[in-house]
Amino acid sequence: MTTQISSGPLSGLKVIEFTDEIAPWAGKLLAEMGADVIRIEPIEGNKTRWYEPFLGDTPNPEQSLFFWHYNLRKRSVAVDIQSEEGKRLFKKLVAQADILVEDQLPGKMAALGLAYASLSEENKSLIHAAVTPFGQSGPRADEPATDLTLLAGSGPAWSCGYDDHELPPIRGGGGQGYHTASHWAVISILTAVIARDQIGQGQFIDVNASAASNVSTEGASYTWLVAQETVQRQTGRHAGVRPSSPTQVQAADGRWINSGVPARQGKDFKNTYEWLEDEGLLEQFPEAPLLQIGGQREGFLNLGAISSGEDEEGAAIFAAGRAAMVLLIKSLPAYEYFTKAQERGFQCGIIYSPEEVIQDPHFIDRGFPLEIEHPELGRSFTYPGVPYKFLGSPCEIKMRPPFLGEHTRQVMIDLQYSSTEIQAMIDSGSVLST
Amino acid sequence: MTKALSNLRICDFTGQLAGAGATRHLAAFGAEVIRIEDPVNEGRWDILRGNAPFVDERRGIDLGGAFNNHNVEKKAITLNLRTEKGKQILTELIGKSDVVSENFSAGVMDRLGFGYEGLTQIKEDIIYVSNSGFGASGPYKPFKTWGPIVQAVSGLTFSSGLPDQQSAGWGYSFMDHTGGYYMCIAILAALIHRRQTGSGQWVDLACTEAAASLTGPAILDWSANGRPLRRDGQPNSNHSDWPRMAPHGIYATNMPDTWIALACRDDEDWTKLRALINEPALYDQHFDDLSGRMKKQTELDSHVSQWIRHYDQQDLYQLMLDHGIPCAPVRTPQQRVDQDANTENWGLWPTVKHTQMGNVRVDGLPVHLSETDWYLENGAGCLGEHNEEIYGEILGYSSRQIKSFKNEGVI
Repeated sequence: MTTQISSGPLSGLKVIEFTDEIAPWAGKLLAEMGADVIRIEPIEGNKTRWYEPFLGDTPNPEQSLFFWHYNLRKRSVAVDIQSEEGKRLFKKLVAQADILVEDQLPGKMAALGLAYASLSEENKSLIHAAVTPFGQSGPRADEPATDLTLLAGSGPAWSCGYDDHELPPIRGGGGQGYHTASHWAVISILTAVIARDQIGQGQFIDVNASAASNVSTEGASYTWLVAQETVQRQTGRHAGVRPSSPTQVQAADGRWINSGVPARQGKDFKNTYEWLEDEGLLEQFPEAPLLQIGGQREGFLNLGAISSGEDEEGAAIFAAGRAAMVLLIKSLPAYEYFTKAQERGFQCGIIYSPEEVIQDPHFIDRGFPLEIEHPELGRSFTYPGVPYKFLGSPCEIKMRPPFLGEHTRQVMIDLQYSSTEIQAMIDSGSVLST
Repeated sequence: MTKALSNLRICDFTGQLAGAGATRHLAAFGAEVIRIEDPVNEGRWDILRGNAPFVDERRGIDLGGAFNNHNVEKKAITLNLRTEKGKQILTELIGKSDVVSENFSAGVMDRLGFGYEGLTQIKEDIIYVSNSGFGASGPYKPFKTWGPIVQAVSGLTFSSGLPDQQSAGWGYSFMDHTGGYYMCIAILAALIHRRQTGSGQWVDLACTEAAASLTGPAILDWSANGRPLRRDGQPNSNHSDWPRMAPHGIYATNMPDTWIALACRDDEDWTKLRALINEPALYDQHFDDLSGRMKKQTELDSHVSQWIRHYDQQDLYQLMLDHGIPCAPVRTPQQRVDQDANTENWGLWPTVKHTQMGNVRVDGLPVHLSETDWYLENGAGCLGEHNEEIYGEILGYSSRQIKSFKNEGVI
């Protein structure tokens, strides 16, 4: 079968993606690294073609921006998987592929006659990754789930939200439960590709989306596992067993700053004092002499001695350091604070909205925003780029997301279907070609 | 069972979660991950080493619970790179490794004399993967980050919260986990490429870019429609605008700070829920279809909240399951670790044996491979625990030589 000229470290790998909504991100990650990813869609199109937002807010299955993002650099084959000819086409595709990634509910592939046991008969090297909400078997395998219920039931939401516990726990936005499952699908698929050379065959991979979020909660899990203690959510910072001080401060222009790790060592206090001086803020800050005293201290303040009351002067210095940061943030526009603070060695971050990130000079300098030409629309659109620079095998993405069934005919020709056979399948409705 | 990656050796400088979390998974699949630590400061560059949580009242550099979690199945050696002998030994080790991995601030490896160019002179096909906040180029290259800063600058923090409130963000370093996943993917992809071509390479991973790629539809909505996410009424990340679903949220149950998440995917879910709530106001025709429910979501949420407020969390969960409506308690760590048959059935919290801490439970892996599954049996190495093994068996030094390295402060 011919593959398009491609680049990236996974160039040459053939992937069949038969996903609904949990794992298209896995296919996208493989595609952007150079794998040839063919997405199998139903005749009416994958349901995410109908997900908002749409170009111009007009619902159109070829203009879902949601679909675009998840399908960049993939090809589309539209098949009626219930039909016998459709199943045969699917099997032929899988027979010559390295990888099948799918997210059908448990039992669905077997019901279609497309379980790993039968697919691997035709292709011993096949790596079949099945992503489901709760794994292939187990007591909750059949529970319905969405990104929200996965993140709520599997740990993340417990740790996210506000100091005010009258407000609900928060699900982080953007479909991150599905993303985490997809990240694990890719890790395990690539592991199996390497293992294949060693064991001489492919294998079946059971990817459990709920488990993926469960092991991606940082302290919430291990604090319980190790010490049987429970973290509590706090506004914009780590959930903790004990409360910590706020880290988000509103800057002069109304945007917010994550103030990061506070000043703790002599040079930090000296540095803070000088910054206040440079901004002409010393007069507004009566605690400034404490920063000068702190500037003479060597090494790090002992936070333990501060909280136990043994180092009262240290406590006053530490508090002055925090107060000075808050004053500086409130006095400067957010971007100015962010860059000045980082240039002075203070770790901190501006809280950007997604469209602000893609316009930021650093990311533009690195070539992160990706302009993809959509010739049929006569314009290009800005996508987020690839987060890793493979300096020896760069990922080059020029292909816009596919129209429904755009590649059906070519893919069938590559599989040695005759034009008569292809036309017959189009006429019977078992495939769609556009 | 065969170990998938048993032919691989990783010369590992990673730490914290964003780096150590990456090589952890390679170790779980059988790669020999050799973690190199500085003997002078006892490996404290990784702030988790020796830090809470602890299994008992003991404290010490080898007793940190988070460090153990992120470094299971790795070998721990010490090496002082300020000494010439230390640099020579590292050179020998790199010569026998497939991958060098690190998550220092950009430029640190260059200053140590082991930047990519230097590494290729030691081993031509070496794979070098660096993971830093802003990457190895660009104006913010020297800027420092940790998880919450990455999340702030990438748009993830902003995307998590309620309208009319400041951002809620993520209550943990989501991007340390996820940055680790990307780093792991980068290492594996570069290994596959090396098998195909015989060439190694440098992979420059920027954690902020990994994070920003997770907000794609919002970026496209701005690019295509000129609509920013920073606008009135946005975001409400417990709602679902892409795709549209309503009701969709996290609601309080009858006990303090006890919550349940509920999502009506379509009219069918809604019809079932409406019948259960049985509130006449909800039979107003505005609530019949999705567009109407999206428009009147505040009113809709208030009815759903009032109904759920009287329910016990587990009773409501069961009721929703009986009717096939997606629903989940906002589970506490205890509920999902110790009281969830699904995670137990999966073997999600394996017990590893740590030389000093004893038996400790850790995060497992959320995948099972039919032929080369993961295994986690050994805890993180204590400081220098594997010096004898690595310097002796791999580099061929005698016990006497290793002893003198120690006396000279090399290891």
